Formats: sequence, structure tokens, C-alpha cells
Amino acid sequence: MPLLRIEGVAKSFGNFRAVDKLSLDIRAGEFFALLGPSGCGKTTLLRMLAGFETPDEGRILLGGNDIAQVLPHERPVNMMFQNYALFPHLSVRDNIAFGLKRAGMARKDIATRVAEMVALVKLEGLEKRKPDQLSGGQRQRVALARSLARRPQVLLLDEPLAALDKKLRESTQGELMELQRRLGMTFIIVTHDQEEAMTMAGRIGVMDAGRLVQVATPRNLYEAPASRWIAEFVGDINLFNGQVTARDRGRLTVSTTEAGALAVSELWPPVTKEVVSVAIRPEKVKLSRRAPATDAGASQAINRLEGVVIDVNYLGGITSYRVKLESGAVVRSSMANTARLDVDAYLAGQRVVAWFTADDCLVLEQ
Amino acid sequence: MARAATRLTRFNMTSLAAGLAFLYLPIVILVIYSFNASRLVTVWGGWSLRWYHEFFNDRAMLDAAWMSLSVAAVSATLATLLGTLAAVGLARGERFRGRALFSGMLYSPLVMPEVISGLSLLLLFVALNAERGFWTVTIAHTTLTMCFVTVVVQSRLTALDRSLEEAAMDLGCDPVRAFLMVTLPLIVPAIVAGWMLAFTLSLDDVVIASFTTGPGSATLPIRIYSEVRLGVKPEINAICTLVIAMIAVVIVIASFASKLSSSQAESAAPL
Repeated sequence: MPLLRIEGVAKSFGNFRAVDKLSLDIRAGEFFALLGPSGCGKTTLLRMLAGFETPDEGRILLGGNDIAQVLPHERPVNMMFQNYALFPHLSVRDNIAFGLKRAGMARKDIATRVAEMVALVKLEGLEKRKPDQLSGGQRQRVALARSLARRPQVLLLDEPLAALDKKLRESTQGELMELQRRLGMTFIIVTHDQEEAMTMAGRIGVMDAGRLVQVATPRNLYEAPASRWIAEFVGDINLFNGQVTARDRGRLTVSTTEAGALAVSELWPPVTKEVVSVAIRPEKVKLSRRAPATDAGASQAINRLEGVVIDVNYLGGITSYRVKLESGAVVRSSMANTARLDVDAYLAGQRVVAWFTADDCLVLEQ
Repeated sequence: MARAATRLTRFNMTSLAAGLAFLYLPIVILVIYSFNASRLVTVWGGWSLRWYHEFFNDRAMLDAAWMSLSVAAVSATLATLLGTLAAVGLARGERFRGRALFSGMLYSPLVMPEVISGLSLLLLFVALNAERGFWTVTIAHTTLTMCFVTVVVQSRLTALDRSLEEAAMDLGCDPVRAFLMVTLPLIVPAIVAGWMLAFTLSLDDVVIASFTTGPGSATLPIRIYSEVRLGVKPEINAICTLVIAMIAVVIVIASFASKLSSSQAESAAPL
């Protein structure tokens, strides 16, 4: 039995179906991310777990008990709000102690727990400040400490890092993961930022239009997306539409109008449709001046596409190129800048061969 | 062009001075003449506190002033209670049936001519056979000023982040406690401002009070009005100066309270 089981939960606002018969199991101690574009229903789902919305149908089982109709203040679940929702009239200490006082904890124990929480989020010395005397990052920590103080069975985090700048966001991601591991608590985070989800979560549930379209580890989500929509939503991808024209021992040949015939390895589950899309991530597309060695000797088929570099974007760690093929289609390639002085860098206007292996290709239904 | 507009040109200065003079010259003259030693209102006879002294020995005037202050205090308190409840209902309640009608009706005293409000209340009190006096004026002023309180408190409530109440509930408060522990402390400045507003409105009112008051319980403005009909005594100037001073103090406090309220609302935002 998982810690949290969401069973056929649905919620509509008027005619808008925000969450559509969604089922999901979350294990104890898991760091789970709900990822999706805005309006996909992820926040509504989180609010139903917190108790701010009541599902129209379905059950939410926490440790075996249905909590779908339980009021927010009676749930062993706490939430960290996107805008932090710190009480402006209370000090940092009183904000953190708020939930403990309501739980009827003894005065002495409250003081101990607050001190523990303050240390946990490294806010020592700021206990007497009011929220408006804190920086954005400090407020975020107070909000986290406040939601953790009651030791909830599940901590819900609604876009917890959205208001922080990039550097702070990245360091906070690491701290959140560290904290979750140390406390062994179950975290459910809602985010629209796929990098954030991939960095922190053990499993990611991708939502679209109120439904869960894929639940997978970050790696599987990226390397084996279940649909074309997910492939495009998570990371960058090159897509070529075509038809399967030949099958030979796990090797498919897909003939595309934009990139000609492409050799593709068939992975599980087998491709049943004839009309498909071949997808290849930009970092798996390599560029070279001349065509690489032929298949002879190589363990797998290589696809070669000739074209002209039309765009070079130097991003520091990587450089991303756009290569225009003879068909007019554009292939994106990104290559790591492994050397400081790169004499081999490609320039716009240069003729190149963009190549990738059959194993790196994905076959997706259109 | 934009720069020139921000600077005070001679034209701007003149129009500003003319505007201020138009608004405040009569009041300034009234205040100055309240210190006039002469019995004749229009003749300057030197500085004196004579008319203030006169007022503090005028039993009838003092009674009227006391009546006005107690009506203002009681009606402002009642209006604040009712107005705050109405504001909470409108800002936080579910979308109940007739919500638009309710909020429209709540605001109607803002635009209703006072003569009509006064007359309708008079008819009501006559129909109920209520003895007219302190309580009828107080009730009338409560109905007049309640909507002002509602407007002030409601705008504060709508500006307040809903997630604060949700956070309180998430941390173990039932909805009532969440309101008392989080929402109420944050709207107190608006409630105070609403009370002050109600107090000054009640203190000012002649029309509604004259409809709803009874014999022997005249409010200060009514008393002044009836005295003035017999000729302006310098004592009236003194009373008016005192009222102006009091209202000025109340308004300054109210504007500080609402400023405090809005700066707290800003600090409740995440960044």
C-alpha cells in the first residue's frame, strides 16, 4: 500500500474540467514532482491534497484513510505556498510556531521545535524579524520551516522556487533535496519548470488538460517520452514525420519528406503504427565537416543529413546550432564546449553533416 | 512637455492658490473671527477667548455637543460592527444568491439624497411609534455610515492575499480561528479608519438628524443651525472652530491608519 493513493479524482470549475479522473500512487519518502504547463490542473490537484478544494469524485487515501472530504486543518499534510503566505503581522519565530500552537504543543516543546526548524533552514539570528524585513530567499526559508514544523506526513510545495532568481533557485533545489533525504519525508512539488522537476524529483508525473500523461523517472521521461506532446514539452527535440517502410530485426526504416530515409532502432514497446514521427534530441545530433565513417565497422546505423549552419548560439557550457537541410527543414544540434579554445567551432554559412545513431532516435506516434 | 508638467509653473501656482483659497478662506475667516473680542460678527475688536468661555458656560450648547458626540460614538461603533460583517460576507463569502443585489443595496446610501433617507426613516419611526431622540438618531446614522465602513473594509479584504487564510487553515486553524488570528489583525487599520469616517460623518450630519431627532435632543449641528437663524453669534464661530479641530484630528488619524493598512498589504506580498 502506498502512502498516498489518488483514485479517479475529478474536479470541475463550472464547465472547465480541471482534473479529469486522475489516479496516482505516491510512496512514503518519495520526492514526487507534478509537471505541466499552466492550466493543466496540477495546482488544483495539489489543492485537493491540501484540502482547499474538494474533489467532485474519486478518493484520496492517505495511509489507507479517505481524506477527500476532510477539512484542511484536520489533515496531516502541510503546504508551502507559492507566494509563501507568511503572516505579515507575526515574527519569523511566531510564523514557524503558528502551527505548533494550534496543535496544542507544550510551550517548551514549541521553543525547542522552532529552534530546530530555524537551524534546519539556517535562519539563526533572524527569529525576531517580520517578513517584510527579510529577503526573498529568507522568506522562502521561513515558509519552508513553517510548513515542516508540524512534521506532516506529506509536504506539498506549490512552485516553491518560482520567486527566486536563478542562482538562488539552484542552490535551494539542492538544499530541498538534502532536507527531504535527511527527514525522510514525502514531498510533492508542483512546478512548470522541467529542469527543476528533473533536478529534484525521483519521479515526475506530467500533466496535460487535467490528466496524468506519463509518470516516470527523469531519465525515462527525457529519453523515452510516452508521446510526441511529452517529447516536445520536456526539453528540446527534432521531429521528422514519416512512414515506416521497412522492418528488419529491430531496425526500422522510416522514410521522411524532410530528412529522407532514417534508420531507427525499435525499442519496447514495438511500433504498431505506420505513420510515425522520428524524434532526436539536439545533444545527440553531432556535426562534422565530412561524413563520418560508414556503417561498416560501426556497431549501429548512422543517419547523415547534409546541410548548412544557419545559426550559432554560444551558451557557455554548450553551443547550439541550427542546420538547414536541403529539404528546408531545420535540425538543431547542441554540442558541449569541452575545450576552451575550440578551433573546430562551426560558423554560420558552413556546410556540415549532421549525424546521429539509430539507437538515439525515438519513434513516436504522430 | 512631461518635465514642464511636473514643475510648478506660475499658472499652476496661481490656480493652486485660487483653489485652496476657494476651499479654505471661509474656514480661515471663521476661525479667526472665533477669537474676535467684538460682539458684532463682522467687526474686528481684537483677540480674545471670550466666545470659547461663553460656549463652555452655555448649558444648552454643551448638551447638544454631548448629544452629538455620543450619537457619533455609538453609531460609529454599531456601523463598524455591521459594516465589517457585511464586508467580510461580500469579500469572503461564497457567491450566494442575491449577492449583487445585496452589495448594490449596501451602497445605495452613498448616493441616496439625505432628505429621502431622513424622510423614510422618519416615516418608519412614526409607524413603529418609536419615541424620537437619541436612539432614533443613532440608528439613522448607523444606516447612513455603515456603507462607508463596508467600502473601506471590503477594499482592504480584497487586497489581502487569500492564501494567508489558507495557510492558517493548513496550519491547524478552523475557518473562524483563521479569520480571527490572521485576517482580523491585518484589517484592523481599515476597521479603525472606517470607524473614524463613520464618526465624522455622524458629527457632520444635519439633514438626517433633523428628521429623526425629537424635542430636547438636538444634536450640535441642529442647535447651531437654529441659533444661526436668529442671527450669527460669535459663540457659533468658536464652536465651529472646535468641531473643525476635532474632525481634522480624526481625519489625520484615519489617513494614518489606512496608510499603515496599505503598507502592511504590500509587505504581505512575496517580494
